[in-house]
Amino acid sequence: MKELTYREALREALREEMKRDESVFLLGEDIAEYGSSYKVPQGLVDEFGHERVRNTPLAEAGIIGATLGAALVGMRPVAEIMYIDFSPIAMDQIFNQIAKFRYMTGGTVKVPLVIRTQGGGGVSAGLHHSQSLEALYTHMPGLMVVMPSIPYDAKGLLKSSIREDNPVMFIEHKGLYGQSGMIPEEEYLVPLGKAEVKCEGKDITVVAYSKSLVLALQAAETLEKEGISLEVVDPRTLLPLDEDTILDSVKKTSRLMVVHEACKTGGFGGEVAAIVAEKAIDYLDAPIKRVTALDSPIPFNPRLEDYIIPNEGDIIAGARELMGKEVSAR
Amino acid sequence: MSKIGKEKLKEIYIIMLRIRAFEERAIVEYHKGIPGFIHSSIGEEAIPAAVGAFLRGDDYLLTTHRGHGDIIAKGARFDKMMAELFAKETGYCKGRGGSMHIVATDRNMLGATAIVGAGLPIASGVALGCKMQKLDRVTVCFFGDGATCTGAFHEALCFASVWDLPVVFVCANNLYSLSTPQKVYTKLEHISDRAKAYGIPGVTVDGNDVAAVAEVASEAIERARKGGGPTFIEGMTYRIYGHHMGDPGTSYRTKEEVEDWKKKDPIARLQSRLLKAKVITKSDIEEIQADVNRELDEAVKFAAESPEPKIEDALSGIYYTAR
Repeated sequence: MKELTYREALREALREEMKRDESVFLLGEDIAEYGSSYKVPQGLVDEFGHERVRNTPLAEAGIIGATLGAALVGMRPVAEIMYIDFSPIAMDQIFNQIAKFRYMTGGTVKVPLVIRTQGGGGVSAGLHHSQSLEALYTHMPGLMVVMPSIPYDAKGLLKSSIREDNPVMFIEHKGLYGQSGMIPEEEYLVPLGKAEVKCEGKDITVVAYSKSLVLALQAAETLEKEGISLEVVDPRTLLPLDEDTILDSVKKTSRLMVVHEACKTGGFGGEVAAIVAEKAIDYLDAPIKRVTALDSPIPFNPRLEDYIIPNEGDIIAGARELMGKEVSAR
Repeated sequence: MSKIGKEKLKEIYIIMLRIRAFEERAIVEYHKGIPGFIHSSIGEEAIPAAVGAFLRGDDYLLTTHRGHGDIIAKGARFDKMMAELFAKETGYCKGRGGSMHIVATDRNMLGATAIVGAGLPIASGVALGCKMQKLDRVTVCFFGDGATCTGAFHEALCFASVWDLPVVFVCANNLYSLSTPQKVYTKLEHISDRAKAYGIPGVTVDGNDVAAVAEVASEAIERARKGGGPTFIEGMTYRIYGHHMGDPGTSYRTKEEVEDWKKKDPIARLQSRLLKAKVITKSDIEEIQADVNRELDEAVKFAAESPEPKIEDALSGIYYTAR
C-alpha cells in the first residue's frame, strides 16, 4: 500500500489508462503545461506529448462535441471541464447529443467517453465556481454519473470510467484533492454502479457521496461517543444507482438520512428518499431526513457560504433529530 | 463542359434524381400518415449530390433535420431510411430516430441532429479522431445558414482550424433561418466571409449549379485529405417547400420569389446541360427514373410491412451493457 492524495490517485488513473490503451487521450482547457486549475493532469504532457494531452480553445461546447466525435470513430477521449459550473455551456452536447446518441442509433453505437469535472464549495470561489450540479446529469438517461469521495475510489472509478463503453460524467470535488488515502501498489478497478458501506452501524443509514461522505464519516465518529450509530453508505455512482445496498441498509437501521452539498429542491437526495419511500417505507421508524445546502446560489462571503453548505454539525443535528433527541435547524 | 468530367456530372445527376424522388415520396407518405415532421430539401439537391460524389465510403458525414438528401448522397439505403420515417424496427435507428435523427453507420453517416448547429463540434471531433489514428478520411458536415449564428458553429471552427482537421463545413444557404431572412440575422452578404475569422478558406458558390459546387467541393475534400485543414463552403440555394410539411412557406416569402427559384431548379439545369452535351438521352433519364421509382416502391412496401418496435424493447439501447 502507498499513501496518495485524491489528486495523485486521479492522475495515476489517467497515466495508467493512457499507457494501457493508446486510444485514450485527454482534452481540455489549460491541461498541458499548466496542469489545469487543480493540477490533476499535471506532468502528463511530458510523458505523453501534446497529441494526447491536448490544450483546447476555451470553448466548452467545442470540447464536448470533439469528445463525442472522437469517441464515435474509435478513440476513448477523457475531456476535462475545469469547473462543473462551466458545463452548462456544453449542455446541448451533453444532453441532446452524447446522452442520446446510442439510443438514437437503435442501440448499435457505443459512446466511450469520460467528462471529468469538479464541483463543490468551501473556498470562497463564488457563484460561478462553487456549485454542485450533479442532479442535472442524473436526470439524463444515457449518462452515467460517478462521484468519488476517497482516493482509493477516485483512482479505481476513473479507471473503470475510462474503460466503460457508455458516456460518464465523472465529478470530483475541489475540497478533496488534497486528502490522502491508502492505495494498493498493484492495479485495481472499482466497478461502476456499486455502492459501498463505508462505515457499518445500526441506527441510521446515511447516504452520502463526494465531500459529504467524508463529513458523514467524521459525524459518525462523533456520534458513536453519544451512542448513535451511523451506517454510512457511499453510492459512488449516482447513475445507475445501486439501490439494493441502500435498501438493505435501511431495512437494517430503519432510518434514512441523505447528505449532499447540492441544494435541496430537485436534488439527488429527493431521488434516494423517493426510492426508499417506494420500496422500503414499511421499514422506516422515522421520517426521511435530507441534510443539504440551502436553496441558494453559493455566496462569496465565507460566513454566508459556511451557512449555506451543510457541515458535520448539520449531519450530527440531523441524526439526533432522527433519534428523537433534538430538532435540527435544517 | 467544366473541370468536372461528364461521367462525374452524370453520377451527380443520378444522385440528385434519387434525392428528389425520395423527398417527393416521403411527402406522399407523410400525407398518408407517417408520424412526426418531414423537412423537405427539395430544391437544394445540388449541394449534397455534388459533395457526396467526391466522398469515399469510409469518409464521414453529419447533417441536420433537413438531411434526407445528404444521407442519400452518402449512399444510404432507401428501404432503411423509409422504414425509419415509418418508425419501424427495420429502420436505420430501429424507429427511435425518425426523419430528423437518421444515423447510417453502414455508410459512415454519423447522424442527423435536430439541434441547429450541434453537428459541427461533433464533426470536428470525428475529424480529430481520424487524424489521431492517421486515417486519411474526410468528414463533411452539412448545415443551414441559420446554424452559422450559433456558438457551436464558432467553437467547432475554432477547433477545426487550429488543429488543421480534415473536415469540410458545407452550408446550404437557403436564404432563411426558418422564416428569418439573412439580412435580419447577419450583416454579411456572404456568410463564407466568416471563414476569414478562423484563417481557413471560405467560398460562396451558386448552390444550384452542380459544376460550381463540385469544383469547390472536390478541391476542399482533397485539401482536407492531404492534411491542408478545413474549408467552409456556402452554397446559395432555395428550399422550394416550407420549413416542414406543416408550413406552406408563404408567410415570409412571396409567390414570385418561390416561382423565380423554381426556374433555377438544379436538376432541370443539369439535365438540359447533359442532354445538350449528349452525355445522356431522354430514354436514359426515363430508365433511371423508372429504376429509382421501383426502388422506392420496394422501400415503401418494406417500410409498411415491417414490424414496429416492441414495447418491451422501449428501454433497450439507452446504455451499452456488457455487464
